[in-house]
Amino acid sequence: MSANASAIVPNQAARSDVLIRLTDIKKSYFSGDVETPVLHGINVTIQHGEFVAIMGQSGSGKSTLMNILGALDTPTSGSYVLNGKETSTLTDNELAKVRNETIGFVFQGFNLLKRMPLVDNVALPLLYAGVAMADARKRATEKLAQTGLGAFTKRLPNQISGGQQQRVAISRALVCEPALILADEPTGNLDTTTSVEIMSLFTRLNEENGMSILIVTHEPDVAKYAKRLVRLKDGLVTYDGLVSEADL
Amino acid sequence: MNLMQVFLEAFRAMGMNRLRAGLTMLGIIIGVGAVVLMLAIGESVREDINRRISAMGSNVMVIFPGSSTSNGVRAGRGVVQTLTLADAQAIAQLPTFNAVAPIVQQPFQVASGTTNWNANVMGVTPEFFTVKDWEADRGSLFGEIEIRSASRVAVIGATVANNLYGEANPIGQTIRIRNRPFEVIGVLASKGSDLGGGDQDDAVFVPFSTARQQLIRWGQPGSIHYALAQAASAAQVQDAVYDASQLLRIRHRIREDQEDDFTIRDLASIAEAAQGIATALTLLLGAIGSISLLVGGIGIMNIMLVSVTERTREIGIRMALGAKRRDVLMQFLTEAIVICVCGGAIGVGLAYAGSVAITNFSPMEVGISMTGIIIAFSFSAVIGIFFGFYPAKRASTLKPVEALRYE
Repeated sequence: MSANASAIVPNQAARSDVLIRLTDIKKSYFSGDVETPVLHGINVTIQHGEFVAIMGQSGSGKSTLMNILGALDTPTSGSYVLNGKETSTLTDNELAKVRNETIGFVFQGFNLLKRMPLVDNVALPLLYAGVAMADARKRATEKLAQTGLGAFTKRLPNQISGGQQQRVAISRALVCEPALILADEPTGNLDTTTSVEIMSLFTRLNEENGMSILIVTHEPDVAKYAKRLVRLKDGLVTYDGLVSEADL
Repeated sequence: MNLMQVFLEAFRAMGMNRLRAGLTMLGIIIGVGAVVLMLAIGESVREDINRRISAMGSNVMVIFPGSSTSNGVRAGRGVVQTLTLADAQAIAQLPTFNAVAPIVQQPFQVASGTTNWNANVMGVTPEFFTVKDWEADRGSLFGEIEIRSASRVAVIGATVANNLYGEANPIGQTIRIRNRPFEVIGVLASKGSDLGGGDQDDAVFVPFSTARQQLIRWGQPGSIHYALAQAASAAQVQDAVYDASQLLRIRHRIREDQEDDFTIRDLASIAEAAQGIATALTLLLGAIGSISLLVGGIGIMNIMLVSVTERTREIGIRMALGAKRRDVLMQFLTEAIVICVCGGAIGVGLAYAGSVAITNFSPMEVGISMTGIIIAFSFSAVIGIFFGFYPAKRASTLKPVEALRYE
C-alpha cells in the first residue's frame, strides 16, 4: 500500500496540496453472482481549498462516489488517497476515524438526532473523538455561535426551522476541524431563500476560511456556487472543469 | 466516548420512550423481585425446619411397639403391648446409648380451681428431659426420688400453664388429673410445634411410676406406649438402631424368619428428609423466579431489537460522525444493562416490601438476605449483557451506507 501511495504521490510538496486523489476507482454491487458495475474507473484530483460540485443524473453513480469519498463505503478497486492517506483499504474502525477527523458531513435531511439538544448534536463528533463532555460542549457552543445559532443551544432540532437545522448540521460538520466538508444535496429540503443562505454560508467558509467543500447535487443553481464542476454519467466522469465554463 | 457519556446516552434513550422502557423494566422488576422473595421464603422455611429439628433433641430415635400378626391379620402399630419398661432399661445399658426414656401417655381433662383444660398427660422418667434437651422455665423438674416414691408432682408445658393459670405463677398450685391432686413443681420452656405440627407445649408430665400406677390403666403393668432414645453420639446413631433392634429381637424371642414386633425411627433421617424437602422447595421457588427473570430478559431482547431497527438511521448518522462499531455496541448494550439494573433495584425494593408484608401478615418470618440481593442484582446485569448483546451486535454490524439510507 505504501509503495502504491508513494507512486501516486511523488513528493512531499505535492502531497500537501492534494486533498483527494481518486485513481481508477471502480465500484460494483453484487447480488449473488450477478455483478452490477456502478463506477467504471473514476480519476479525479482535488486540491485543498477547492469548492467542487459533483453533478449527475440519478443512476450516474454520484451517490456511490459520494459514499466512497465520505469513507462510508470502500471501492471495489482503485486507489483513494484522502489528505495523504490511502483510504480504499482501511478497516471499519480506521474508516470511522477518518470520518470523524477528516470529513464533515452535511446531509439533505439534516440528520440531526431528534432527542438531543442542539449543543449535544454538535458536540457528538467530539465525543467520538474522545474529547471530554464539558470541553466538547464548550466547543460546540462556539461553533453554533459562529453560524448564528448561539441562542438556540438548548433547543431540540424540531424546535427550529429547516434552514436553522441545516446550519446546526454545518456546525456539527465543522466542529472537529475537518479537512473536507462533504455535502449531499444540502439544499434539497429547503426553500429557495433558505437555500441561498446555506449556499452563501458554504461560499463564505470556502473563501474566508479556506475550507475545502465538495457538494453533490443535481441542481444547477446549487452547483453555480462552486468553482469547479465534476459531472458524472453512467459511472464515468464526463466533465471536469470550471463551473463558469460548464454548460449547466 | 467515555463510560459516563455512554450511560448518559442510555438514560436519555430511556427517557425518550418512558412507557416502553417502563414496560420492559417491569419484566425484570417482576423477575428479580420473584427470585429474591422466593429465595427468602425458601430460606425461612429451611430455618424453620432447622429450628424444629433442634427442638426435637439431637441424635434421637423413637422406639414403637410394632404391629403384630395373628392368623395372618396384621394389626396397626401400637395396638399390642410388646414394648416394656424392662426393654427400655435393657436398651439403656447398651454402650451405643446415652439415655432411654420410656413413655406412657393419655389425654385427660386436667383442672385447677375453676378452670380446666384437655391435655396429653405423659408419664416419663427424668431421662425424657435429657433426651429432649428440655429445661424448666420456672420451678424444677422431677428426678429419681419422685419416680421411686411415685410422687404426685407435675411439670407442665407452656401452653397448659397459659391456659390454666394465664399470667399467674403455677408453681405450688394443685392440678387435678382423674380427680387426684398433683402439685405443679415446674413449667417447661416453650418448644413450639414439632415437625408434624403438634404443639409440644400442650402436655402435662408426671413421674412414670405415678402415671402407671394411678392414671393410665392400660395393658400389662410393665408395657409402655413408646420410648425416646438418644444415641451416645451422632456417629453412633446407625449402630445404636442396629444394637437396639438385635437386643429387642432376642428379648422378644423373635425367630430368624419372623418380622420385628417393634419399629425404630431415627429422627435424624426424618430431619434429613425434611431438610431435603426444604432445599428442594428453595430450588423450586428459585427456579420459578428465574423463569420469570428469563422471560423478562427475552422481553429486553425483543424491545432492543425493535429499538435497533427503529434507530437504524440514528446508528447511520452516528457512524458518519465517527462512531466506531464498538461505540455503537456499547451504546445499545449499556441501554439494556441500565434497564436491567434499574429494574433489578426496583425488584429488590419490591421483594423487601413483600417480605415485610409476609412477616407482618403471616406466621412466617421472611428476611431478605444480602446474598440474595447480590445474586439477583448480578443476575439481572448478566441478563442485560446476555440479552442485550445480540441486538447491540446487530446494530454495530450495520453498514454505515445502508443505515444512513434507511427510512
